[in-house]
Amino acid sequence: MTVHTRDETASASAVGGAAPATAPGVVPPLDPTAGSDPAPGSDPAPGSGAGTQRPGSRWRALARRAASQLGSAVLLLWAVATIVFFLQHMVPGDPALAILGGASSNPPPETVQAVREQYGFDQPLLVQYAAFLGGLVQLDLGESYTMKESVVTVIGEQIVPTLQLTASALVLAWVIALTLTLVSAGRSGLAGRIGSSIEVVFAALPHFWLGVVLLVVFAVVLQWLPVVDGGPLGLILPAATLGIPLGGFLAQVTRDEFDAALRQPFVLSARSRGATLHDVRWRHVLRHAALPGIALSGWGLGSLISGAVVVEVIFSRQGIGQVLVSAVTSQDLPLVVGVTFVVALVYVVANLLTDLAYVAVDPRLRASIGRAS
Amino acid sequence: MTILAPAPEDTAPAQAPQAAFRPARRTPLHSPGFCLALGAVAVVALAAVAPGLLAHQDPLEIHLAESFDAPSLQHPFGTDQSGRDVYSRVVHGAGQSLVIGLGATAIGLLGALALGLAGGLGGRFADVAVTRVIEVLYAFPGILLALILIAVYGNSAMTQMVAVGVASMPGYARMVRGQVLSVKGSLYVEAARSLGHSPLRILLRTILPNTFRPLTVLITLGIGQAIVWAAALGFLGMGVQPPTAEWGAMLNAGRNYIQMAWWMDFFPGITIVLFTLSLTVIGRHLQRATDSGAAR
Repeated sequence: MTVHTRDETASASAVGGAAPATAPGVVPPLDPTAGSDPAPGSDPAPGSGAGTQRPGSRWRALARRAASQLGSAVLLLWAVATIVFFLQHMVPGDPALAILGGASSNPPPETVQAVREQYGFDQPLLVQYAAFLGGLVQLDLGESYTMKESVVTVIGEQIVPTLQLTASALVLAWVIALTLTLVSAGRSGLAGRIGSSIEVVFAALPHFWLGVVLLVVFAVVLQWLPVVDGGPLGLILPAATLGIPLGGFLAQVTRDEFDAALRQPFVLSARSRGATLHDVRWRHVLRHAALPGIALSGWGLGSLISGAVVVEVIFSRQGIGQVLVSAVTSQDLPLVVGVTFVVALVYVVANLLTDLAYVAVDPRLRASIGRAS
Repeated sequence: MTILAPAPEDTAPAQAPQAAFRPARRTPLHSPGFCLALGAVAVVALAAVAPGLLAHQDPLEIHLAESFDAPSLQHPFGTDQSGRDVYSRVVHGAGQSLVIGLGATAIGLLGALALGLAGGLGGRFADVAVTRVIEVLYAFPGILLALILIAVYGNSAMTQMVAVGVASMPGYARMVRGQVLSVKGSLYVEAARSLGHSPLRILLRTILPNTFRPLTVLITLGIGQAIVWAAALGFLGMGVQPPTAEWGAMLNAGRNYIQMAWWMDFFPGITIVLFTLSLTVIGRHLQRATDSGAAR
C-alpha cells in the first residue's frame, strides 16, 4: 500500500521527464487506451521502450499493480489488527472488572469468573488473538463493554453520517483549493499574496476553534442555520469546519505544483499556438497541478475522519467520532478497537482508490508501469 | 486541527537559478510578518515562564457573582462559569500547554530518530521493516493513535503528552529516514570514512547533525501541530483536568457553554491559532532562507 506523499508525487511527475508524455499542450485523454503512447523523443528516460508497448499489456501491468497493492493492503490491515489487539491487552488491571464497572464496584468473585469465561479472558493470549482474527474475517468485532451490543452493529449504525460528513468536507476542500489556485496561483503581486495568505490561515485553523466560531456566528447570532443536527442544512457548518482547513492545505500543495507547471515548456508552446492565458491555466496547467492533491486525498480523508471526532462533538452530530470519544472515555476497548480498525480500513481503501485514480489520470505513470513490467 | 503534510523526505533545495543574481540578500528579519510572528511567540514564551508579569489576577480564584461576564475592561476575555478571569487563565495556561507540546514533540522525535536511524543505517532488511512500520502507523490517521493510547492507559496529562508524541512519530520517522539515506550517500560522509573516522564518530559528528539541520524547519511546524493535537484531546475531555489552567482543558470547559458564553472557547482557541500560525510563518521564512542560502 503506497501512501503517496509529496516526495513520491514529485518523483512520479519526474517519471516522464521535464515534458509531459503526451504531446505538449494536448489535454491527455482520460481513456487510458487512447493516447497512451508517449510522443517519441518527449521521454528522456534512458532505455525507454514505452513507445513499443501494446495497450493490452499495459492494462495487464495495471491489473498486476492493483493486485499487488491489494495484497499489501491486506497485510497492512493485518498489522493494524495485531497492534490494536495487543494494545488492548496491555490495559493495566483486569478487563473483567472493567466490564463490571471498574475495580471500585467490587463484584463477587463468581460474577468476575463468569465474565472472564464469557469474553474468553481465561484463554491463553494466542488463542484469544486467533479468535480475534477469525472474528475479523467474519466481520465480527466482538461486543461493546458498555453498550452490550455487537461492535459491528454500533459502527454500522453510526458510520453513514460520518462518511456523509467527510465526503462533503472533501468535496468542499477541493472546491476551495481549486478556486484559490485558479484565482491567485502563478500571479504576481497582490492577488497571489492574498491567495497564499488565505491558504496558510485556512490550513492553520484547528477544527475545535473554527467549529465553535462558525457555530456561534451562523447558528447562534445570525440564526441562519440550525445549532444541532437538522437534516441537510445541519451538514453545512460541520462540513465547512472540516473542509476549510483541508482546503487550505490542498491549495498550498496545488499552488506549488501550479507554479512549477507554469514554467514548463508546454505552456509556452500552447501560448504560441494562440491559446489564451486563461485557457492555459484552466485546461493545461490545472491538470498538472491537481495531481499531488489527488494523491494526497486518500491521506486527506484519513485526517478528515480524525477531525470528524472533534466536529461531531462540537455539533452534537451522530457518527463514529462521537462513539469513539465516549468509548475512549469509558475505556470500552472492543468498541475503540472496532472503530479504529474500521477507520484504518476506510483509510487503506481510500488510498488504494486514489492510487489507482492517480495512475488512471496521469498517462506518464501508466507508461512507466508498462515499462517496468 | 491543523494539517501537517506528510512531509517531503528529501529537503532538496528548490531550483531557483535566478536567486544567484539577486542583488542583496533579504533576511527574514526584513519581513514584517516574520517579526510579528516572532513577537507573538516571544509573548507566549514569556507567559509560560513568568505568567505573573502579564496577568495579575489569580487564574483559579472563584467569584461566583461574576460568572459568565462578557469581555469587559476588567476582564478582557470575560469570565468562566465560576467567575474566573479567562485572560489570566489563558496566560497561566501557556506554561502547561507549551510543556505538553514540546514534550510530545521530543517524544515523537526520539522515537522517530530510533526508527529512522535503524532504517537508514541498518541495511536493507531493517529499512524494509522500518518502512512497513511507518506505513502501518500512518494507517491510524491524526489523533486516532493518541485516542487508542488514552483508551488503554487511562486519561491523564502524562498519557496525553505521550499519546500526542507517538501520534506525531510516523511523520518525523519518514523524514529522518529519508534524510539519513541521503546524508549516508553524500560525499562528506565518504570523506569522513576515508579519513579513518570511527563509525560512531561519523554517526554522531557527521550524520546526526546533517540529518537534523534540514529538519529544524519541520520541527518548528511540528510543535504547533503537537499543541493543536493536545488541545483537541483536551477539548474532548482527555488530558489535564479542570480547574487547572491549560488551553485544552479550558476549551473543554467552554464547550458546554458555547451558546451563552462564546468567549470561554474563543479566546483560548484564538491564542492557539495565533501561536501555531506564528510558528508556521517562522518555519516558512526559515525554509525560504535556507533554500535560497543553499542555492548559492
